[in-house]
Amino acid sequence: MINQSIKNLFLKEFSGYFKTPLGYVFLVIFLFGIGYLTFEPGRGSFFYMREASMTSFFKYIPWMFLFLIPAVSMKLWSEERKSGTIELLLTMPVTVKQAVVAKFLASWAFIGVALLGTFPMILTVLYLGNPDLGVIFLGYLASFLMAGALLAIGGFFSALTKNQVVSFILTVCVSFLIVMAGSPPILEFISSLFPKYFVDLFESLSVLNHFDSIERGVLSLSNLWFFSVMIGFWLYGNMILLEENKAN
Amino acid sequence: MLEIKSLTKSFGDFKAVDNISFSANKGEVLGFLGPNGAGKSTTMKMITGFLDPSIGDATICGKSIKEETLSAQQNLGYVPENAPLYEEMFVREFLEFIAKMREVELDKIESSIDKVIKMCALESVEFQKLETLSKGYKRRVSLAQALIHDPKVLILDEPTDGLDPNQKHDVRELIKELAKEKCILISTHILEEVEEICDRCIIIGEGEKLFEGTPQELKAKSDKGRIQDVFRAITLGNELEGVRV
Repeated sequence: MINQSIKNLFLKEFSGYFKTPLGYVFLVIFLFGIGYLTFEPGRGSFFYMREASMTSFFKYIPWMFLFLIPAVSMKLWSEERKSGTIELLLTMPVTVKQAVVAKFLASWAFIGVALLGTFPMILTVLYLGNPDLGVIFLGYLASFLMAGALLAIGGFFSALTKNQVVSFILTVCVSFLIVMAGSPPILEFISSLFPKYFVDLFESLSVLNHFDSIERGVLSLSNLWFFSVMIGFWLYGNMILLEENKAN
Repeated sequence: MLEIKSLTKSFGDFKAVDNISFSANKGEVLGFLGPNGAGKSTTMKMITGFLDPSIGDATICGKSIKEETLSAQQNLGYVPENAPLYEEMFVREFLEFIAKMREVELDKIESSIDKVIKMCALESVEFQKLETLSKGYKRRVSLAQALIHDPKVLILDEPTDGLDPNQKHDVRELIKELAKEKCILISTHILEEVEEICDRCIIIGEGEKLFEGTPQELKAKSDKGRIQDVFRAITLGNELEGVRV
């Protein structure tokens, strides 16, 4: 059974996304942006590929998320702390843990809604040919898991500072590093500073590698494990940070 | 109902609150006075379970805020300093959210919202967004959210701060009315307020308790009967003519 406080706070937070312009601005920019990148004749490769698949769509998801998700997560805690409503929230019978989980789940569900909004893409490829629906489903799963990981990172930095802009920038930087951890320029840089085993460890943290692996249609336990640990780790950090920072 | 035992809060070497103890019972309004930065809000934050005390404990209706935080909080209503609210919500919606979080039974939510809206005279703004409300109304909404679950203990951090004289009067009348059934701890800067509504008052300065007694006792310390002179003498440690502390 889901805890009542988590449920109530989740519902309030989730509906909150549709009460301020933020939610709609996010949805419009995300849906327009991802559509444009997928079909744009120059860079988007949908028409060149000449196949009914969503590969070009999922190729751009991580890049859209990298900038848009921190915009959703930046206010999670910094706003509560700045306006003082955190005092209201945490003096009600709700624990810090429950509050962190509820807010995280609400923001995750909101990204879920944004992803559902891309359904015309599925209809398009269905109309054009016989796409592998299993692969499409896994692509969405990978996108959703990645969103969760980035939101957890964002929640952490939102608890770190009362300033939303600082929280946004820190989240973008750290997310970029973690998303790109497997890319040659970053690995080269790391290997010039640290021993080999650390480089391997760092490379295994790459969100993009795990995302690509699921998106290609290979769902392994290690991928799911990676995203759950990632989300769990940052949420745990978020709880600790909030305990420490709430009164400042 | 409310018992504070040697509550202490240190931030590093700095002691914001130092060994404060007091208690209050049903039907009592306890005034909490002190200059800015004396530790009033910090004490209140510890009583409400928002801050963990470094030493000491507070018990609310027999429940320790340290050990049984959630059940202690159920008997508490709290108006934080500056009355923060979720500004993007509507008054009624906000109260409904608080009622649910406060675990008011589902079939009683409507009636308890109606009750606090009437008590705090919010009828005319019931369906307005909180961000559009004036300061006076925001305070009253904050008071309403503290009352929604009919708590036995009320902690009010400067509830009349920034209100006009009429609004102050209304809030005081409301507090007097509530005091019959509840135990109320109220912090304030307004000394006349203490005389008017408090049965007892506590003065703290630099984290320590400096005085505890009735407003009459406080007044009697000054030959001219001026509470403000006594307050200055106690909190500044100055000797003032005609004041015995």
